[in-house]
Amino acid sequence: MKPFTNLDAKAAPLPFASVDTDQLIPARFMKRSRSEGYGQYLLYDMRFDADAKPIADFTLNNPVRAGAEILVARRNFGAGSSREAAVYALVDYGFRCVIAPSFGDIFSSNAVNNGLLPAQVSEEDAEELLNLLEGGYEAIFIDLDACEIRVANHVFHFKIEPVWRTKLLNGWDDLDLTSSYGADIARYAEADRTRHPWLQELPD
Amino acid sequence: MASYDGPQTLFDKIWRNHIVASQADGQQLLFIDRHLVHEGSFHGFNKLKEKKANVSRPDLTFGIVDHYAPTRVRDISQIDPTIAGMITQLEDNCRANGVRIFGLNDPRQGIVHVVGPEQAITLPGATIVCGDSHTSTHGAFGAIAFGIGASEVAHVLMTQTLWQKKPKPMRVRFDGTLAPGVGAKDMALSMIAAIGADGAQGHAIEYAGSAVSSLSMEGRLTLCNLSIESGARCGLVAPDETTIAFLRGRPLAPQGPLLDRAAEVWRLLASDADAHFDREVVIAGADIAPIVTWGISPEDSLPITGTVPQPDTIPDEGRAAHAREAIDYMGLKPGMALTEIPVDRVFIGSCTNSRIEDLRAAAAVLSGRKAAVPGLVSPGSSLVKHQAEQEGLHRIFIDAGLEWVDSGCSMCVGMNGDIVPPGERCASTTNRNFKGRQGPKARTHLMSPAMVAAAAVTGRLTDVRDLMGGRA
Repeated sequence: MKPFTNLDAKAAPLPFASVDTDQLIPARFMKRSRSEGYGQYLLYDMRFDADAKPIADFTLNNPVRAGAEILVARRNFGAGSSREAAVYALVDYGFRCVIAPSFGDIFSSNAVNNGLLPAQVSEEDAEELLNLLEGGYEAIFIDLDACEIRVANHVFHFKIEPVWRTKLLNGWDDLDLTSSYGADIARYAEADRTRHPWLQELPD
Repeated sequence: MASYDGPQTLFDKIWRNHIVASQADGQQLLFIDRHLVHEGSFHGFNKLKEKKANVSRPDLTFGIVDHYAPTRVRDISQIDPTIAGMITQLEDNCRANGVRIFGLNDPRQGIVHVVGPEQAITLPGATIVCGDSHTSTHGAFGAIAFGIGASEVAHVLMTQTLWQKKPKPMRVRFDGTLAPGVGAKDMALSMIAAIGADGAQGHAIEYAGSAVSSLSMEGRLTLCNLSIESGARCGLVAPDETTIAFLRGRPLAPQGPLLDRAAEVWRLLASDADAHFDREVVIAGADIAPIVTWGISPEDSLPITGTVPQPDTIPDEGRAAHAREAIDYMGLKPGMALTEIPVDRVFIGSCTNSRIEDLRAAAAVLSGRKAAVPGLVSPGSSLVKHQAEQEGLHRIFIDAGLEWVDSGCSMCVGMNGDIVPPGERCASTTNRNFKGRQGPKARTHLMSPAMVAAAAVTGRLTDVRDLMGGRA
């Protein structure tokens, strides 16, 4: 995975709470293969009307926000279904960071596994960021090492689980880490066969 | 290895038993005892293929057809080919990797979170994962069970382990006894309304108190199922004699002397008296009324005796905006009585409320009555369907005018084509009232099976207690 250090990019305001993963990618698109790209389905029912025409006043259809790599939303972003496709849709669309006051736990770990930064800010700071974006500011600077968000003269701090920060900064993949623990896993399973045989050996 | 002196929570004890390795930064590599896969797990299998890797422990991996299972016809040649393709893809992936599969036409097929307990794939003290957020359900047996994404599915397939940072311990205690007409669904929705849909993020919830220990396994499964709707990745209940009695004699449970030995270990799985919890929430069971949701998040819940909120009276800007958005999407008016809300259809099913006890509760209200609106009843598994038919429950639903169909996730998530038409309003026993969850522009009100049955009878949201005179 590509390491994430700093990001200086356009941002789009999404002033809604509880933008759940069903909204990020509706279930009907999830039969598709990832190779087709999921970006076209991101927030589909917010972006398009029943005739598949773009809804003019939706943030991602605003030409000013074209090319945005940062999304700013209200609390409980990415709640709900564990579908990693929600993260694929954001990443394939071009997003590299979501700023919100709180995130679904499964969404956050899926995000980090795909190099997308879930940056947690206070509700007050989220409101201020939304106001700045709606008031004419277009770009945001993110410093992951310092956990800082900068817009013009404003500086906001964000929180992220330190383990995830390290993983993003280095572009680490869990599988690379686990590959050195093969012997420990085998040893654990062998010992557990004695301790909890009902967990390790099942009837046919 | 770190030392574990001092009092432990139930969660700590199970977690500690599964540590394979620890990193200095606090991440721990956990062994996974049970991995459940479904049609949506194809991204995980694809990653496995990309890496040319094998399933590490096919004997601990279980494939179950549920998300796309058709409910009206079981002949796969008769259904939408893209949906059929999702089902055969899972069956093929499982067979190719030597994974046990409960396929579409297996008599044990059903929703993964119903089949797991039914077959005793789910056991106390285990770690259980699945690429589905409602995996929290299995915590009802005193297991650490949580939903994972596709990258994690691939990691478990390849290594039978996961790197995790331990969540913070939280306890929710339901004291006393529940009033008639009130059940596990109402307990869970009351908790979510109290703490918020993100209230338990980063926490593992232990449910305790007399109103929890007196619940059946079905009730505990409903309660733990909805943990994720409060933001917690998992919820659990300490195993007791109810748990052990439920497991006895089930296909994949230990048998004979091994069950006795396991039961001795399971009885020790409880939080120590002085164990520390980061957060504690106490709810009086007697204060809980039948609950319905009015909005687009499970936290938008109120007792059926309540009224739709007035956004103009909510001081917080973000929360007021959410209430306006919800009222607009749901087509309601601020201040209207919840019992004035008409419904277009009902759905009884899903991993939340489709077990035999749920069907009995709905049938008790519907018996001898007609539904005023159409509806679907989809049992949680093919075995639950069979049992309900043995008990004659299907006749009650059919005589009331509802459709009695096969088992699957069905109208909870709409992937198999069972959807609520745009603009229609559904009283539903499911878990998510998100915008578009049951179909584009569909409007969902969550409630218990008995409350859905009451809404079916009157054609509007209804206090089931008004229809219960003399009934169970």
